Amino acid sequence: MSVEAVLEAHKLVAGYEQRTVLDCVDFAMHRGGMVALLGPNGAGKSTLLRALTGVLSITSGQVLLRGKPLSNYTRRQLARIMSVVPQMTSVLFSFSAMEYVLMGRTPHLGRLQSESMEDRQIALEAMQATDTEYLCDRPVTELSGGELQRLAIAKSLAQQTPVMLLDEPTAFLDISHQIQILQLLRSLNQEHDKTILCVSHDLNLTATFFDRVVLMQNGAVIDDGPPDRVITAERIEQVYGAQVLVDRSPTGRPRVSIPLATAAGDRS
Amino acid sequence: MRARAVTVMVLLLVAAVAVFILSATQGTSAMTAKHALRVLWTWATGQQAADISVEDITIVRDIRLPRLILGMLVGACLAVAGAVMQAFFQNPMAAPSIIGVSAGGALGATAAIMFGFEFWLWRLSSVTVSAFAGALGVTAVVYLLSRRGGRTPVGVLLLTGIAVGSVVSAASSLILITRGQGQMDRVVYWMLGSLSGAEWAKVQMIWPFALLGFGVVYLYGRDLNVLLLGDEQAHYLGLNVEQVKLVLLVLSSMLAASAVAVSGVIGFVGLIIPHISRLIVGPDHRWLLPTAALSGAVLLALADLGARLGGEIPIGIITSMLGAPFFLYLLHRRREYDM
Repeated sequence: MSVEAVLEAHKLVAGYEQRTVLDCVDFAMHRGGMVALLGPNGAGKSTLLRALTGVLSITSGQVLLRGKPLSNYTRRQLARIMSVVPQMTSVLFSFSAMEYVLMGRTPHLGRLQSESMEDRQIALEAMQATDTEYLCDRPVTELSGGELQRLAIAKSLAQQTPVMLLDEPTAFLDISHQIQILQLLRSLNQEHDKTILCVSHDLNLTATFFDRVVLMQNGAVIDDGPPDRVITAERIEQVYGAQVLVDRSPTGRPRVSIPLATAAGDRS
Repeated sequence: MRARAVTVMVLLLVAAVAVFILSATQGTSAMTAKHALRVLWTWATGQQAADISVEDITIVRDIRLPRLILGMLVGACLAVAGAVMQAFFQNPMAAPSIIGVSAGGALGATAAIMFGFEFWLWRLSSVTVSAFAGALGVTAVVYLLSRRGGRTPVGVLLLTGIAVGSVVSAASSLILITRGQGQMDRVVYWMLGSLSGAEWAKVQMIWPFALLGFGVVYLYGRDLNVLLLGDEQAHYLGLNVEQVKLVLLVLSSMLAASAVAVSGVIGFVGLIIPHISRLIVGPDHRWLLPTAALSGAVLLALADLGARLGGEIPIGIITSMLGAPFFLYLLHRRREYDM
């Protein structure tokens, strides 16, 4: 066990009622790591995220945060170390965007303590970083899916945790905001030493912005390494069952494209 | 929102005082409002006055005052319990009755009346005591039946509450039918809710629960906000979700049960007062809870004044008949309304 490992899973088995989703997963993230988690639908990516955060109780194996089992921490302590941007953010309540982002300060505030000017400043900076400060007083119920997603990221930033877990944070974003969010994650990782784990479905964005890719299939990690080793045509076909072309983009990173024959509907 | 919430709170306090005076001075006795006020004043300051009879003092001190204060406490309890339930269930339809509080209270009261329980517990009648026990008992059963491996999913709790509630209501009806007609009127009146049986003993019973309930629930204001984001998000923000939910469930059932025990089933208050308050001060529970408590107190005292002056119409009829259309009007005025 490396001293530097921030978050690690050993022989992790977890799942729901009758169904085991994660089958003996070994996985570790080091301090300052920036990792993308790839895999087809149902591979167990979100389940792994939920097990790593302790929301889903595990059947066997271990999850260690800074070398200690999750059960050694209170929920509040965990929330000061790890923040999570979940896949879907539903809203049923008309909090303003600012109030919503301020909720990220919850683990830092006492029961009777109200948000200070400093907390508001932190929330505002998180909103500036995600290009959402213009939404400030708007009720969250009126926002688009993409705006809400950026706001959820802002909330997670306001939580100021050394570890950030994100479940498809760019799924509803337009290309410019996708790039903006991934640039933001990169700079948080490089300049502020944040440890970032990000579930993704976009192979090209992943190849461009991440240096380490973990590939999952059927509840197990089947590959782990730099993008040019993991994102190959053979691997993609093996794991996703899709035929793609992988070459190098001008940036030197792997580039995934769909063959013309497939695009034209030829399924042979 | 803050300046607005403070203004609203001040206005509500003024309204509470106004309703208090109005309600204490109006009634079916021949006493003038001015005289009633003087009676209140001389009693409160412990003075003597030649033109004030013992009867006048009795009417104001032992009939109007306890009833008024009881109404205000009941309104506040139901409103706060409703606000908590709505956040708890992340559902705008939630109200204290949803987890069986009303059905349980009704069963307790029905049994006490129809089987003729004859006991007094610290000056509280068997009906009040049985209703309180029934309300809390049924809520506890609903909670225990909803546990799933250390968790209590809100969907399960909601459906269990509805199912158990209907079994319990059926049991009440069965008792009502099989025990003959003699006392049926009393049961029906109780189910419609009324403050006509108000007395100081009931006030003394409900206020400790009210105070404890409001005090502790208020400490959970931010947690209630976070719960509105869903259980999983609340986890990620550091809430011990199961523990927080158990505390909130116990407190809100206690608030609702004590209200039901002293006043019967007063419909609609627990559902609409939180919504009205939310429309005025927004969804932040640290403002919403005190606003709901104050508006609940003011509106129920007003409704009871109507009930008294209208020849003892059960107050539940008034709250439903006036409350529901007012709520519809608010919903209509504000087009996109989410919790």
